Amino acid sequence: MIELQAVGKSFGATLAVDELSLTIERGEFVVLIGASGSGKSTTLKMINRLVEHDRGRILFLGQEIRSFKPEQLRRRMGYAIQSIGLFPHWTVARNVAAVPELLGWSTQRIVARVDELLALLGLEPGAYRQRYPSQLSGGQQQRVGVARALAGDPEVLLMDEPFGALDPITRQTLQQELARIHRASGKTIVMVTHDIDEALRLATRIVLLDHGRIVQAGTPAQLLAEPANAFVSDFVGRSDLGLKLLGLQTVAERVRAGENVAGEPVPQTLSLRDALSQFVVRRVDRLPVVDAHGLPAGVIHFADLLQRAP
Amino acid sequence: MTTKNWLWLRDPLVWALAALVWLVFGMAHLKPLFAAAFPALDRPLYEQDTFVALLWSHVEIVAVSSAVAVVVGVAAALFVTRAAGREFRPLVETLVAIGQTVPPVAVLAIAVPLIGFGETPALIALALYGLLPIVRATIVGIESVPEAVREAATGLGLGGWQRLVRAELPLALPVLLAGVRTSVIINIGTATIASTVGARTLGSPIIVGLAGFNTAYVIQGALVVGLLAITVDLLFDRAGRHFDRWRSPR
Repeated sequence: MIELQAVGKSFGATLAVDELSLTIERGEFVVLIGASGSGKSTTLKMINRLVEHDRGRILFLGQEIRSFKPEQLRRRMGYAIQSIGLFPHWTVARNVAAVPELLGWSTQRIVARVDELLALLGLEPGAYRQRYPSQLSGGQQQRVGVARALAGDPEVLLMDEPFGALDPITRQTLQQELARIHRASGKTIVMVTHDIDEALRLATRIVLLDHGRIVQAGTPAQLLAEPANAFVSDFVGRSDLGLKLLGLQTVAERVRAGENVAGEPVPQTLSLRDALSQFVVRRVDRLPVVDAHGLPAGVIHFADLLQRAP
Repeated sequence: MTTKNWLWLRDPLVWALAALVWLVFGMAHLKPLFAAAFPALDRPLYEQDTFVALLWSHVEIVAVSSAVAVVVGVAAALFVTRAAGREFRPLVETLVAIGQTVPPVAVLAIAVPLIGFGETPALIALALYGLLPIVRATIVGIESVPEAVREAATGLGLGGWQRLVRAELPLALPVLLAGVRTSVIINIGTATIASTVGARTLGSPIIVGLAGFNTAYVIQGALVVGLLAITVDLLFDRAGRHFDRWRSPR
């Protein structure tokens, strides 16, 4: 879908991105992560030409991105940023409709698309369509921001620390919804963050950058279990490595079907990390598990947390 | 009886407009009043022109000169806030500042020998004089557009022109309008001196009155000019609130 070949970018004498090569496949959720100044944001912005690369080649669907008009390219890639940047003089509906309008969709199609997206992002269309951004909370504004980025049905969604300015609870809710949207739509998503927990929660592949170079790229489990060097270990965190590994898996993967035990059941979508917490809080070594419909799915044992390396 | 039907009576714009209309059409009825106040004057009422005609030609001169100032000022400000024109910004700012520094009387004095008497030198002087607030306000307005809005607009695929028309200009409009308001109000007052070069304005009774020690003439002209300025200012206030409504939405 997107291919970066030995891409480089300098700002004056500062090297921001150096010989960076990365191939992003259709449907992947790639998270670019690194400290400030690692070049992650620059890398993202080079993909939609907000920053022009100096060296190397960037391909979109096999074609060098410079062969597209910048505006045409950007309309095929949704874009959401930390500061959101909603148009304050437009209603929520008009904000979401921005790209479809540019693409020349019919009014009918735009109206339907706006309502569909507001509903998808958990904003009741009837209640929010005609509001102005200043009447929304930060979390609601970012929901509109994400809806706007998705409105033109882009092939790729680029997100620059989209949830960075939100409170932890709102952030987690929006992360869950983004994960749901990714699963449901199969869109290719490239996101920049400095929050390793966010990366572990969302990414199908994490790309860890430092000084404009890729230090390690791999699935969340790979980064945790097989860190390429001490920098990666430090970045993903040494002290709670075990907890993070547990956080990557859900109860459903370890449940013993057919068993039964008394107690308040836990959903099978619960992460093993949260299950561990439940074991400790409740002082038990077995928890009953229910499926999505609330029907008994079996039991998870404390010892099962250690079974099989993830 | 509902009080709602009478709420418009509390609107200052209604009162200012009513007073202005009453004054220009009914100035003749005030003749006894001015005669009583200034018993020494042979002619206590300015009668060379009707006040309706004076008001009309005053508004015309202000409207034309302000329109020129708005078009030139906004265009210049937009040009210097684009990437292509950024280098010209100090030059443009200096030029409009000079336009404001040189008194309109001096511009008239220079223009009359070149163009002759009449409305044209007045229009030039007023347009030059009105540029500064408009250019300043437009630049400030465009610069007050949040960087995030600009980045989002570009990132979503708006071209330079679309970004300007759909995002930057509407967001700059309240500030821009405040600049136009200042410029127009200044011009309404300044246009009175255009009568010195033969343009017919509400300044005519003032100039004639000053030259002939006729205080009544001066008061008559000044009253109408003052009311006109207040009315137009209230009109701008109304328009400003309309364009600003997204900031404090219902």
